[in-house]
Amino acid sequence: MSEDHVERARESDAPLTAAVHQRDVAKSAAEALGWDAASLVGRTVTINRPRAELYAFWRDFRNLARIMETVERVDVTDDRRSHWVVSAPGGKTVEWDSEITEDVESEVIAWRSVEGADIKNTGQITFSEALGGRGTMVTATIVYDPPGGDLGKLIAKLFQREPKVQARHDLRRFKQLMETGEISTAEAPDAASRGSFS
Amino acid sequence: MRALTWHGKHDVRMETVPDPQIINPRDAIIRITSTAICGSDLHLYDSYIPSMHRGDILGHEFMGEVVETGPGSTLQKGQRVVVPFVIACGQCFFCGQQQFSACDNSNPAEKADLSEVAYGYAMSGLFGYSHMTGGYAGGQAEYVRVPYSDVGPIVIPDGLDDEKVLFLSDILPTGWMAAENCDIEPGDTIAVWGCGPVGLFAIQSALLMGAARVIAIDHYPHRLDLAKSMGAEVINYHDVKVREALMEMTGGIGPDACIDAVGMESHGFTIDNLLDAVKATTKLGTDRPHVLREVLMACRKGGRVSIPGVYGGVGDKIPIGALMQKGLQVRTGQTHVHKYLRPLLEMNGEGKIDTTFLISHRLPLEDAPKGYKMFKEQQNEVTKVVLKPDWQKAAA
Repeated sequence: MSEDHVERARESDAPLTAAVHQRDVAKSAAEALGWDAASLVGRTVTINRPRAELYAFWRDFRNLARIMETVERVDVTDDRRSHWVVSAPGGKTVEWDSEITEDVESEVIAWRSVEGADIKNTGQITFSEALGGRGTMVTATIVYDPPGGDLGKLIAKLFQREPKVQARHDLRRFKQLMETGEISTAEAPDAASRGSFS
Repeated sequence: MRALTWHGKHDVRMETVPDPQIINPRDAIIRITSTAICGSDLHLYDSYIPSMHRGDILGHEFMGEVVETGPGSTLQKGQRVVVPFVIACGQCFFCGQQQFSACDNSNPAEKADLSEVAYGYAMSGLFGYSHMTGGYAGGQAEYVRVPYSDVGPIVIPDGLDDEKVLFLSDILPTGWMAAENCDIEPGDTIAVWGCGPVGLFAIQSALLMGAARVIAIDHYPHRLDLAKSMGAEVINYHDVKVREALMEMTGGIGPDACIDAVGMESHGFTIDNLLDAVKATTKLGTDRPHVLREVLMACRKGGRVSIPGVYGGVGDKIPIGALMQKGLQVRTGQTHVHKYLRPLLEMNGEGKIDTTFLISHRLPLEDAPKGYKMFKEQQNEVTKVVLKPDWQKAAA
């Protein structure tokens, strides 16, 4: 039954993140990866800048701490490996090492976490020409092993740290920074954790 | 600095708050010289707009002097500027289309969710108008931080007083766009519901655009007098049936275009909440979706409907059959202020448009809470309140 839902969703020309039966999509992703469980998040934004520029920003993972609210820092170990430190609810941090599995200039960067990750994850970001000269369509797709299963996800949601929400905010910030050179904020300076250039 | 802050229904206060600072490179800080209370501020005052926080600084119609600039601002200290109430980045697809109130970037990432949920896509940031539109501090204050200051503010030449140009920030372009959305052709009759500031500017704009005739609808005698003085014919809906009157006055054809300058503020996003809000609202003496219903019924076949009046949620019992069967065209939206600043400033300078007639009251900023109360309770006499931060508080 679940296979049917996912198969039928695949027959539409839409990403699986828009499928009705997200549990089935997650189950099928987990099976494909050989994991016990998986969650899938994804989001597309159109950014009014050239593909090469967006790819270059993203390819230097150290930049991502600037747009990703929960990422405390990314250390680049070598050309294909990086170490991620991410803040989690309750003042904790989670860490993992990540390696690039695919890298085509101005088109796609794919990665997966290596053995020993606090949160197993794999994903890709693709860059394609937007129609009508509107810049670049950027799609981020991330599959992760939800810590603590559904309960963990609920806790994350309560803390506004659900990866789906986070991905949406992060891509908005990416778009803002690339298009305008800054990250929009209405926070007072002493309260602002992002967007400060001082 | 001193600022007017929101604390709940009919509770706004003057408070001392931290001065704004430059945060982003394209920011500027403006010292406010004049700032007005907008009709839409009353919806915050009445607590109809969700996502307000205690302590939020209100105000989205303001102007002043540039006192500080970030490295990416094109403004210079000492310049006098009027600031659009819509915040726009100038670089996204929508700004490129001059659809500034649809700017993709000015609403901060974490604040944009609410309007994405409510409307399908997130709208731009606005000054002093809830956290759904960014949570930006407004301009009923001594100072304000203006993001993307290289895109929004327009520099005012010397010799034009504040009161001549202040309304470029919102209501003048809003009235102008309302008329523009009517696609006026020679010989057209335009009907305007609501003779508040936006309705009055829409009347003025429609006549400038060549409307043969404008018919204004309200029930406040003073506001109808103002409409009349601008060249409109008037209908007081307390005494006259609006649709019948419009039909008769237009020889059975109906108005070619209709402007709903009343709007309706929903209290939340569900129909029952909305109906509650509507029941509690007596601003124009009828329930407020009534205006849009009446517009759709009264407009001629194949006519145009323009909606500058603010709607926030869902509407009930909208006569969709009249909309479809008569082949009406509807145009609406928050004003793309930036697009209209220069042409309207020029017309203003040439004396083609007058905005000063609107101002009925001038108060020190410190008396802003009194200004809100007056504007709310005496709509016939109080057409527009302008607040002056550098005036001393009036003796009590």
